[in-house]
Amino acid sequence: MSEKMITFKIDGVEIKAKVGQTIMQAADEAGVYIPRLCYLKDLTPHGSCRVCTVKVNGRCQTACTEPAVDGAEVENKTEEIEGIRRDIVDMLFVEGNHFCMFCEKSGNCELQAEAYRLSICAPKFPYLFPARDLDGTHPDIFIDRNRCILCGRCVNASRDVDGKTVFEFVGRGSEKKVAVNADANLGDTNMAITDKAADVCPVGAIIKKRVGFAVPVGKRIYDEKPIGSDIEAKS
Amino acid sequence: MSDSLQQKIQEICQSSNNDRVRMMDIVQGVQKELGCVSSEAMSIIAKATKSHHVEVESVVSFYSFLSKEQKGKTVIRLCNDTVDRMKGCEKVAEALSSELGIGFSETTADGKITLEYTPCIGMCDQAPAALINDVVAPSLTVEKVKEIVQNLKKDADPSKLSLGIGDGNNVDSLVRSAVKNNILKTGDVIFTDNESGKGLENALALKPEEVVEAVKVSKLRGRGGAGFPTGLKWQFTRSAEGKEKFVICNADEGEPGTFKDRVLLTEKFDLLFEGMTIAGYAIGAATGILYLRGEYVYLKKFLEAKLQERRDQGLLGDSIKGKDGFNFDIRIQSGSGAYICGEESALISSCEGLRGDPKTRPPFPAQKGYLASPTSVNNVETLCSATRILEKGSDWFLSIGSRESSGTKVLSISGYCKNPGIYEVPFGTKVFDLLKEVGAEDAKAVLVAGPSGQFIAPNEFSRVICFSDLGTGGAIIVFGPKCDLLKAVHEYMEFFVEESCGYCTPCRVGNVLLKKKLEEIMEGNGQPADLDYLQSLGESVKKSSRCGLGQTSPNPILTTLKNFKPLYEALVKVSEDGMQPTFDIRAALGDAEQAAERKSVLYTD
Repeated sequence: MSEKMITFKIDGVEIKAKVGQTIMQAADEAGVYIPRLCYLKDLTPHGSCRVCTVKVNGRCQTACTEPAVDGAEVENKTEEIEGIRRDIVDMLFVEGNHFCMFCEKSGNCELQAEAYRLSICAPKFPYLFPARDLDGTHPDIFIDRNRCILCGRCVNASRDVDGKTVFEFVGRGSEKKVAVNADANLGDTNMAITDKAADVCPVGAIIKKRVGFAVPVGKRIYDEKPIGSDIEAKS
Repeated sequence: MSDSLQQKIQEICQSSNNDRVRMMDIVQGVQKELGCVSSEAMSIIAKATKSHHVEVESVVSFYSFLSKEQKGKTVIRLCNDTVDRMKGCEKVAEALSSELGIGFSETTADGKITLEYTPCIGMCDQAPAALINDVVAPSLTVEKVKEIVQNLKKDADPSKLSLGIGDGNNVDSLVRSAVKNNILKTGDVIFTDNESGKGLENALALKPEEVVEAVKVSKLRGRGGAGFPTGLKWQFTRSAEGKEKFVICNADEGEPGTFKDRVLLTEKFDLLFEGMTIAGYAIGAATGILYLRGEYVYLKKFLEAKLQERRDQGLLGDSIKGKDGFNFDIRIQSGSGAYICGEESALISSCEGLRGDPKTRPPFPAQKGYLASPTSVNNVETLCSATRILEKGSDWFLSIGSRESSGTKVLSISGYCKNPGIYEVPFGTKVFDLLKEVGAEDAKAVLVAGPSGQFIAPNEFSRVICFSDLGTGGAIIVFGPKCDLLKAVHEYMEFFVEESCGYCTPCRVGNVLLKKKLEEIMEGNGQPADLDYLQSLGESVKKSSRCGLGQTSPNPILTTLKNFKPLYEALVKVSEDGMQPTFDIRAALGDAEQAAERKSVLYTD
């Protein structure tokens, strides 16, 4: 079966895409990496972190939600777009309480990895130091909301893949947070360690107990190669 | 929770057919009955509607008028919008607080009365104003609120308060409100006599495609602020694939300083309902929803009665006006206090019984809107104008206004002016002509289109209200010579921080950072480089935010930086000692010095 193909450009390079694919999907297949945080293949695109912002024919759009259209000119690695991405990643750092040096996710953390990829050494915005809570009530899973970036992956995975709706957003604006389907505690939900939702957190907000340092710092995913290397290896 | 309360909640769910799409009605009903939607109530609702506890909590926690915590039987919500502050809201707040013996966001010890602040309630022409449950209390004074509190202590029912009586349909027995219309200038399209029913009659004599065409030819554009061509929106919705289609009227005007839809709903409901019916015919919809902002719930019974009258007259329901196969009816969905729901896709989410998060676009509402069906969301004034276009013809409409902006615009003008109220003007009207009319010729600044619009200075008062120059959903706020503009800018940033849905990073975090930096500057701790910081951060937020809220929320800062830069420059200074002015070395060392039980050697007092 031959699918109808279209052609568009990212930073002047021609990319082929199937009709209906997003810019992100087409770019991934072509080996062009567009930085992202909330997007995860196989989950409904959330379009909330805005890290994958690109310019499509001069307008800012998120690559994870925007369909690729024939003849479009997409700007990805320009000074302007990288500046916006740095601002957004900076915002995510100062909005929460991220202490990479003693976070067990360090080296496997996508937020940290995107920051390094964007050459961020320290955030330029002032830290907001919010008071966030922890939840250790579940026998196998630990929640540390200090590190949550509200990407929605756990919400989508639990609802759409696990069919459980263990997580959902509550509150709005800077009060927004991920709540669990119980009066207060994860331990009172039907979450299981085998759930997809336990595997999707890009940061150290949802972590499995008792496996934290099985792989030592220095030998972790992004200690070896920058985030996106796997995609770029395809080109 | 008692059995009878549990049963009551189940009954409320039942009255909405246990349908989770009607979650807004359910949680509003429970809030009214219990004074909160407690965790226990959430469990009962979740069970009845076959949803999850956390999903119900997600909705309840989103809207300002709903709460998990117990509120008093009477909730006084004082509007603390910038215009209300200009008109003495702070003194009224003090009086309310001292009469009740509580602060804001508190409830009296007997659990009877809760006192809160709320952003713009659409009463800027009669500010300061408050909502007491559903009852509007406009034109408040210190004396008036003392009397109100004394009476509420005797009888908690706010509908028994004697707050005076307004004009027009506000005197109707189903409204009985002290609200005034203040229609100070009538125009050729909206506030004029029209032949009721003629627009619909003419529409039904045409094919639906021809109705769409007539609206396209008239060049009618959305009156809510975005200005999208209405005919094109109808055409997209009409041609989109879908078994069912919907017309939604956006009556959730929440932009601070806007109140024109409130007056249109009170006086021009027939024009509106006729317009919704015409839209239904044009796009092939059988259902219309009027999304009424929570602040305007005092009009709900009245509007429902008017809908029933139309049903009785055969203007709604099956085979409208004898037209076989054209069935259309309208229901009212009330909101619960969320500015973001004025954004069309957030409004749809709210109608679906969800948190008011905007939806991912594409698909656009015209393709996949309410319940994933093609939906046309139109502003109140847009639909009223559509009725008139079908009544009098596209050419007639084109003859009014300016070349690219046909028709009139209903403006809500308030703030520093002698005659605040409603003005219907043809597009192409200059700002200084407006100022002359409202009695504010010595204005220092005008905020066109509310805080999401732009602050303009006197050298720009020759600019005109139209889509190609100063577009506006209708809010015009005037600032006088003595107004502290930066204070107003700060209040508007507070508003956006409060009203951001929090979905996307730049709007959720960026607005907080903008507000913080502005505070530093206002406190005298800003440096010249901070102005570039505001500019660059503001632009990032505008470019990368997901919906119109974040795409415009930096405007109060960015447009004052552009048009009133000396205000900022007067406050920032180069630091003399090379330290960041916001950094207090003594305070930073305090804890360490105490622990070490000695003073720093390097940094002495």
